[in-house]
Amino acid sequence: MKKPTDLGSNRTGAQASPVDAKKTAEGASSSPLIDGGTAADLAAERLGWAQDAEPVGSMPPPLSVTGAIKSAVEMLKGNEPTVLLDKIGERLAFERTGVRLYEALLTKLAAADLHEGGPTQAEVLRIRDDELRHFSELKEAMESLGGDPTAMSPCADVTAVASSGVGKVLSDPRTTLSQCLEALLMVELVDNDSWAVLATLADGFGKKEMAERFRWALADEAQHLDMVRRWVNQEIIGQAGLAPTPPQGEALQPPASV
Amino acid sequence: MGLDIFSEKGIALERQRFTWKELAGPPFSKLDDDAFTRVRVILMNGVMSDALRFLHVFSRRNLDLRLPMAEVRRVTHHQQTMVNWLNPADQSPLETTIGFEQVAIEVTAALAQQEPDPYLAQSYRFGLLEDFDHLYRFSALMDRVDGKDSNNILQSYTDIQPGRPTAVEHRAPIDDLRRPYDKNATAPLTKLNALTLVASEYQTHDYYMNIGPMFADPVARMVYAEIASIEEQHVTQYGSLIDPNETWLEQWLLHEAMQVYNYYSCAQQEPNRRIKGIWERFVDYELGQLHLVMDLIKRVEGRDPAELLPANLPEPVKFESQREFVRQTLAREVDMRPVGPDYFPQGSDSDASLEYRSHMNKAISPTTVIAAGYRWMPGTELVEKPAAYLTSH
Repeated sequence: MKKPTDLGSNRTGAQASPVDAKKTAEGASSSPLIDGGTAADLAAERLGWAQDAEPVGSMPPPLSVTGAIKSAVEMLKGNEPTVLLDKIGERLAFERTGVRLYEALLTKLAAADLHEGGPTQAEVLRIRDDELRHFSELKEAMESLGGDPTAMSPCADVTAVASSGVGKVLSDPRTTLSQCLEALLMVELVDNDSWAVLATLADGFGKKEMAERFRWALADEAQHLDMVRRWVNQEIIGQAGLAPTPPQGEALQPPASV
Repeated sequence: MGLDIFSEKGIALERQRFTWKELAGPPFSKLDDDAFTRVRVILMNGVMSDALRFLHVFSRRNLDLRLPMAEVRRVTHHQQTMVNWLNPADQSPLETTIGFEQVAIEVTAALAQQEPDPYLAQSYRFGLLEDFDHLYRFSALMDRVDGKDSNNILQSYTDIQPGRPTAVEHRAPIDDLRRPYDKNATAPLTKLNALTLVASEYQTHDYYMNIGPMFADPVARMVYAEIASIEEQHVTQYGSLIDPNETWLEQWLLHEAMQVYNYYSCAQQEPNRRIKGIWERFVDYELGQLHLVMDLIKRVEGRDPAELLPANLPEPVKFESQREFVRQTLAREVDMRPVGPDYFPQGSDSDASLEYRSHMNKAISPTTVIAAGYRWMPGTELVEKPAAYLTSH
């Protein structure tokens, strides 16, 4: 089976066709610059748009009277409870997508030529199940605050845009296991920081029990990060034909109270 | 000697079949396949799209031939699917855009050189210099918004420098209309060339109209809006070269011959063996469709197709770098301007075009902003003195 690291006919670089590339470069450098200005013109135009633009959308109104009352109470305190709801909505969507990403990884795993220290099916299934449980817990958390867990919050939308390439990498039959694991490493890095922020937010709004559950999830995610980091390391070291190395990074421990 | 389209019957329409798995087969490699493989895929997707478009409009105007048209369209649709699905998922809309402009430059330049009618050849050279500028503007966009090098897609076949500035390409409709060829006094190759370019530009227009709103950057959105407008002008220009006195069936016959000719040209030059097989298969499919239309025109109009088509196809379209021709054309004709159907070297635009352009560019010229002071370099403009670049921005 061909590997992406095999030497092949990659034609994208200038050195792939040095004679033609030289002609293109000489042509560009000797062509007249007909428009004045610099790249700063683009920045200036973007600035004007950024100052005037409406946001991508807004938070939905609370589902229930209870929700409305809760929101009103928090508003009186000068806080913005919708920030918490928005971030819960974001994490809920992220975890839901995460289930699908790890399902896709299972297929990649079955098709892969594994290296020592790479992922096992049981480990991937465990992460998949963790993501599903987190999704379910976030749904309950959203409902307990009177929010609509089926709505797409603004941060859920923007985060999905930011991470949209990960699904493409995982579902493309041409990508390798290690390429997929690197894409998932991006996901896990963001996920870890995001759960920490979510727990801090819940604390700030006096939702101690919710914050505790979020820290539980953070501990799971820290383990996921540790595992994915290790797999990436081992797969790439294995591809390079080098000896396996000790795992990189340390897992965070669950909070003492759990 | 080119393909004898009268003795080669191809594959009969009823035997032209597909499965879903065939239609959505493996794509070409953005990294490893030759840029002209992508050029051929983009061109033939446009040709198939135009074949469908033409037959749908024809079908609205004709009751008797609706069934054969629907049968040909079904196959044509699946041919288009199989071709367009050769594009890979890792090729972004902007990267595909660079491919579209490479088609518009290299294929138009090739056809301009083989075109026997000097007026049509002039029209192709005129449009070519505008698409040449689009490539430069989109390359600046790719560099400055995505931080990517358009030459990764172009593979050094095509120059990246200003052409006729897009900001001055905006003209009143009256200055986009050309004189049509005379169907009775025109070489078949002229007709095939015109149909090819209309198809190609039409698909470029439609592609930009579909993907333009998918960009987040406000300047990128405006650049697509601006260049899509020029593509609409180009469709108007190339479409107006076709003699409106050709009958519907005559145009269908010519369209089928154009499809055979282009697939044949692709098959002759494709280095990717799997994709070459697709081009060869579709030469046979198109020959089958061409003979079906030959029979129709004999039966319905009582005309001999041999009076309308060449016995042998012309030499294949040259899918190769036309750098020197483009450079010569740029040096000689960048200041060419049309007033009505006529071209004037060093000419000035009509009052109608000047007024229209002035209004459109009033608030901003997006293609000017995106390429302000832009000069392409291998590896993007950030390669040159990045520290100096950062302090000046």
